[in-house]
Amino acid sequence: MAKRITSPVYVVGDNIDTDQIIPAQYLTLVPTIPDEYEKLGSYAMVGLPDDLYPSRFIPENSSKTEYKIVIAGKNFGCGSSREHAPIALGAAGVEVVVAESYARIFFRNSVATGELYPYESRERLLDVCRTGDLATVDFDNDTVTINDHEFTLKPMGDVRPVIEAGGIFNYARQTGMIPAKA
Amino acid sequence: MDPWCTPFLMTLTEKILARASGRRSVGAGDNVWVNTDILLTHDVCGPGSIGVFKREFGQDAKVFDPKKIVIIPDHYIFTSDRLSNRNVDILRDFAKEQALPYFYDVIDDPIGSWTFSPEIGQLKRQYGSRYQGVCHAALPKLGHARPGEVLFGTDSHTCMAGAFGEFASGIGNTDAGFILGTGKLLVKVPETMRFYLEGALPPGVMAKDVILWVIGDIGFDGATYRAMQWEGPGVSSLNMDDRMTIANMAIEAGGKNGIFPADAATFAYVDERTRLNGTKADYDPVELDQDQKLVFDKVYDLSKLEPTVAMHPNPGNRALAKELENVKLDRAYIGSCTGGKASDFVAFAKVVKGRHVKIDTYGVPATSDVVHELKEIRWDSQSIWDVLVDAGVQMTENASCAACLGGPKDTFGRLNAPLTCISATNRNFPGRMGSKEAKVYLASPYTVAASALTGRVTDPREFLN
Repeated sequence: MAKRITSPVYVVGDNIDTDQIIPAQYLTLVPTIPDEYEKLGSYAMVGLPDDLYPSRFIPENSSKTEYKIVIAGKNFGCGSSREHAPIALGAAGVEVVVAESYARIFFRNSVATGELYPYESRERLLDVCRTGDLATVDFDNDTVTINDHEFTLKPMGDVRPVIEAGGIFNYARQTGMIPAKA
Repeated sequence: MDPWCTPFLMTLTEKILARASGRRSVGAGDNVWVNTDILLTHDVCGPGSIGVFKREFGQDAKVFDPKKIVIIPDHYIFTSDRLSNRNVDILRDFAKEQALPYFYDVIDDPIGSWTFSPEIGQLKRQYGSRYQGVCHAALPKLGHARPGEVLFGTDSHTCMAGAFGEFASGIGNTDAGFILGTGKLLVKVPETMRFYLEGALPPGVMAKDVILWVIGDIGFDGATYRAMQWEGPGVSSLNMDDRMTIANMAIEAGGKNGIFPADAATFAYVDERTRLNGTKADYDPVELDQDQKLVFDKVYDLSKLEPTVAMHPNPGNRALAKELENVKLDRAYIGSCTGGKASDFVAFAKVVKGRHVKIDTYGVPATSDVVHELKEIRWDSQSIWDVLVDAGVQMTENASCAACLGGPKDTFGRLNAPLTCISATNRNFPGRMGSKEAKVYLASPYTVAASALTGRVTDPREFLN
């Protein structure tokens, strides 16, 4: 099944830590409670400094972003182990992050929850695009096309089917690793 | 040791993961299912982990082993925030439902609910007899850290318990939910970096300076996905608190875990704490091999280190304290798993004794035990607690994570304005302690204390002669 996502991109720098993705004051929200899951989405990326990021990630009075693709530099998601970080992005409507590299726990939590696809780029894409530029991520060819330039991405390997299934529990059930829900 | 059984040379982390996965050997990059000895969670990630567990295993499901689950509320406790108070109640309900023996509740009433009283205020004790405070500082004190074991925790600073020769690593709610149901987790065996310590710390230099120096060296993503293994003759000069401080900040270099070999000091600590708390007393430590597969190997001479600071905006942004004496400060803060132990407050008190701080200074003991110790230990006729209060430090008895990670607006010590703060905590990304315009400098308790006295970043050695 061909899989592509086209969306304007939101571009961030290196070392975007989990406090910038979802500030600690919102960790009072419990992601498994549906209303609070939605609320987490409305706070995604509010920790980014306003002077560096003048475009709002989430419009005022909304819980969704128009940016389904986030382009980032190195060490995206560093800092705390809070699963609220990929969840806030996923709840806001982000489907893919394309970063030069990830912090370990963020990457793992993205896969475990199935909230978003954490692609690794080969180039420093944040230098070749700006927030609002249109991009297409092609999952079958592992590429991202931004402003008509195509860049190859590192294949996700075994991680992709886990996210496609909706996280480790769904994947484990689909593949018979754990029994189906009663 | 049976020579036929151990032909493979492994790092400490590899040995523990091999045993926990039922294999003779594992190597870096192997994906293995490991058995969990302890799962640690708290009020911020516990409710979500419980939610995942119930969603996936059913409303009536039972945890894999009640004795292997440790729940220590510590993050957002002393706040009027309604959701935070509710989250503590979710933990209590779960502990009761599952008959968990190791739930360290804020209140003593097993069917009560927790509310913070703003009238009593932030400074005076508002907790019951079971409450501990910061989970990573409390866990070993309560006899839940043992050499050779596997500890997972829903908090990035879980790696602190690597000080006790165990594999300890932070995970998310979904993985924790999986462990609650199965006791297992799929992990990738990390590559190991070795930090070989020689010598001993000179006066005025603390374990915090060691880790800040090393993170500055390798970069704050320099250990991403890797184990940071501490070895060498310098290790024996570090006490357990020192080792905890160093292991604690492995995550600030991106590390999966930090680990020290267990020695006589480790065994003495662990044996005492398991005996006092009646927790599992037997354990099987792993020993260092002569030859190991390392991806990084560097010698550090402790005696050459100086008071070190991580400048805003990340823990790898290193400078020496003496190079920053023109940095003006608004606030000083001592607390957290990293910097809120009794030994941290004693060091702070040595610097400020008989003097007075020049800027707002907040002190949050990591645990209720630390509060007790600071009130018990006396210099001449004065307790350490009184030394600190007399010096102008705002000390709270309400041990918790407090402003280390900002938290709800009414959190004690939170940076609610764009202030510049020097802190004995572990992380200084934008917004970490509250306002995203605030600037945080990380340093040792000595350096934070000296800086509190002058209102500028200050090398503490001038106050310690």
